[in-house]
Amino acid sequence: MMLKRIYAVFLARNREFMRDRGTLAWNILMPVILVFGLAFVFGGEGRNQYTVGVLQSSGEIDAAEHPFLESRYIEFVPVTDEADGFRKVERHRLDLLVRFAGERRYWVNPESPRGYFAERLLLQSDAAVGGQMQKARVIGDPIRYVDWVLPGILGMNMMFSCLFGVGYVVVRYRKNGFLKRLRATPLQPHEFIMAQVASRLMLVMIVTAFVYLATHLILDTRMDGSYLTLLLVAAVGCISMVSLGLLIAARVTSEELAGGLLNMISWPMMILSGVWFSLEGAGPAVQGLAKAFPLTHILESARAVMLDGATIVDIAPSMIMLTLLSLVFLALGAHYFRWGPD
Amino acid sequence: MPLATLWLQKLRLDVGWLPTDPSDNLTSFAGRTPMQIALEARNLVKQYPGVVAVNDVSFTVAEGVCFGLLGPNGAGKTTTVEIIEGVTPATSGEVYYFGEVAGRRFREEAGIQFQDTALQDYLTVRETLEMFQRLYDRQADLDRIIADCSLGDLLDRDNRKLSGGQRQRLFLAVALVNEPRLVFLDEPTTGLDPQARRNFWTLVQRIQANGTTIILTTHYMDEAHVLCDEIAIMDTGKIITSGPPDELLRNRYDGLVIELPLEDLAGNLDGIEHAVYENQGIVEIMSTDVSKSLEVLAPRVANLNRIKIRQPNLEDLFLDLTGHSLRS
Repeated sequence: MMLKRIYAVFLARNREFMRDRGTLAWNILMPVILVFGLAFVFGGEGRNQYTVGVLQSSGEIDAAEHPFLESRYIEFVPVTDEADGFRKVERHRLDLLVRFAGERRYWVNPESPRGYFAERLLLQSDAAVGGQMQKARVIGDPIRYVDWVLPGILGMNMMFSCLFGVGYVVVRYRKNGFLKRLRATPLQPHEFIMAQVASRLMLVMIVTAFVYLATHLILDTRMDGSYLTLLLVAAVGCISMVSLGLLIAARVTSEELAGGLLNMISWPMMILSGVWFSLEGAGPAVQGLAKAFPLTHILESARAVMLDGATIVDIAPSMIMLTLLSLVFLALGAHYFRWGPD
Repeated sequence: MPLATLWLQKLRLDVGWLPTDPSDNLTSFAGRTPMQIALEARNLVKQYPGVVAVNDVSFTVAEGVCFGLLGPNGAGKTTTVEIIEGVTPATSGEVYYFGEVAGRRFREEAGIQFQDTALQDYLTVRETLEMFQRLYDRQADLDRIIADCSLGDLLDRDNRKLSGGQRQRLFLAVALVNEPRLVFLDEPTTGLDPQARRNFWTLVQRIQANGTTIILTTHYMDEAHVLCDEIAIMDTGKIITSGPPDELLRNRYDGLVIELPLEDLAGNLDGIEHAVYENQGIVEIMSTDVSKSLEVLAPRVANLNRIKIRQPNLEDLFLDLTGHSLRS
């Protein structure tokens, strides 16, 4: 009987959403437009300098170690983990990786044009001090900005769709008395909440899959991991976002207040979770705060799967965190949920 | 259903309302129909900051009757009914449904038409009815409800495109999808035109004829008189009187009402020994001897053509008991 009731509300909500053509079109068109727009804007060389990793044990770079470190228009970043440095060269996030301590060596991706020029500059500088640098190769495919930003846009669309599509709608239902009408039936709060989660999950997964396929087919975006793992990330992430939306809407009776609260949650999440830019340069406090947002875990997991071929085991910590967040949000949402404005 | 059948049905239910009594099973005055207490409200209180919206309200409703809760806007009718329905928590008091505290069984068996509610956008009438029906274990014959509520031509219409009367019929149909034993109708005809109101009354009488208990709140006295076997009149959160409408009027009044516009009254009313009220520019004189009263009035009234003589009604009763009009 419970499933029948859930199905009843689930079906009605789906119909309501699918027939609201404006909202449906916006949900599909907005992320597609964003992906193509950003691919156009950032598709060229966004950076105006080379990025070179300096492999060393400490975090401080001593420019006196080698004249190359005094070169202008090159950003030198310390790298303490050798494997991480190799991965970044592979993924073109570093143009070159150099080591001046001990045996002097550098690693370059021969398929990277930027790596080629950075190497020329290094060898020119090195020749002035006797030419002791040894060359090593790291091979990998380039990662375009669109490859990197696609998970961010999908995640952002999921966030807005879940938060506003559930939170705002529940507040509207409460305000116009529809929830009060449901309360007068045998439907229980947890049944209503589960129906909302199931409905939004299905709709968001369909929209996300559509947007992903469209961009993947047209822009040939990168996918190194398993589609099933990516599906899991999307599903777990969507549930956590819907749960957060339900928690925000648990008691609110004003659409304006709901809008304000949802914006207050969604905008910091969008900025701090790394939708558009990597958080590698952010301070530890900001990175710590970002870890509290579901979107951060969704994006980290999705990028790991799509760009690095991560498996379920690799992304398990993020999945566990998202599940815990969902449980907390759902429990609090069900506890504080009220049918009417009274 | 033929009118005669409806009339007989009403006769059968004429003794439906009963004073608060802990016993569950009673026998009708006719001694034919054993009647159960379908609903009992016991000492209901609802307090808001600075306002007592419902003040120690108690009543019982026997199975199969149409019970009317009457009063002006703000009297506490809707709050009382919503406490009973379980959608508004009471400050204190209890509600019993067939002898047990109103709970899951009540939700399963009650049908509710709210005064003010909304349905999901973009759903058709049929989809709305199906959605609500799936929420219940008890299932009514949807085709019969659709026919009873005259929704057959509207099944594929979007909820948003229904007129006021059509929406009210849909709300009533939604309240019936679980074959309810008890139906709440909260101001069901507010905002409807006279024809739609009368059609709705016929519909309610049809439901009642099936033996369904009905609790109706309204501020239309004529509606209550037509539909209700028993009434309770509320004012400022309290029940001020209750009983069968005709009996209440019979007990209170012995005579007819003479009405005339205040502006037509040329002199004073000295010598008129019966009760006199002035209500919204109309003078109302309760008279046990109409001929004598008219004799006294005639020289003092500018236009005799505007005098009306009628039976006392529930509005007179309310005015009499509270000192203010139902629509004030």
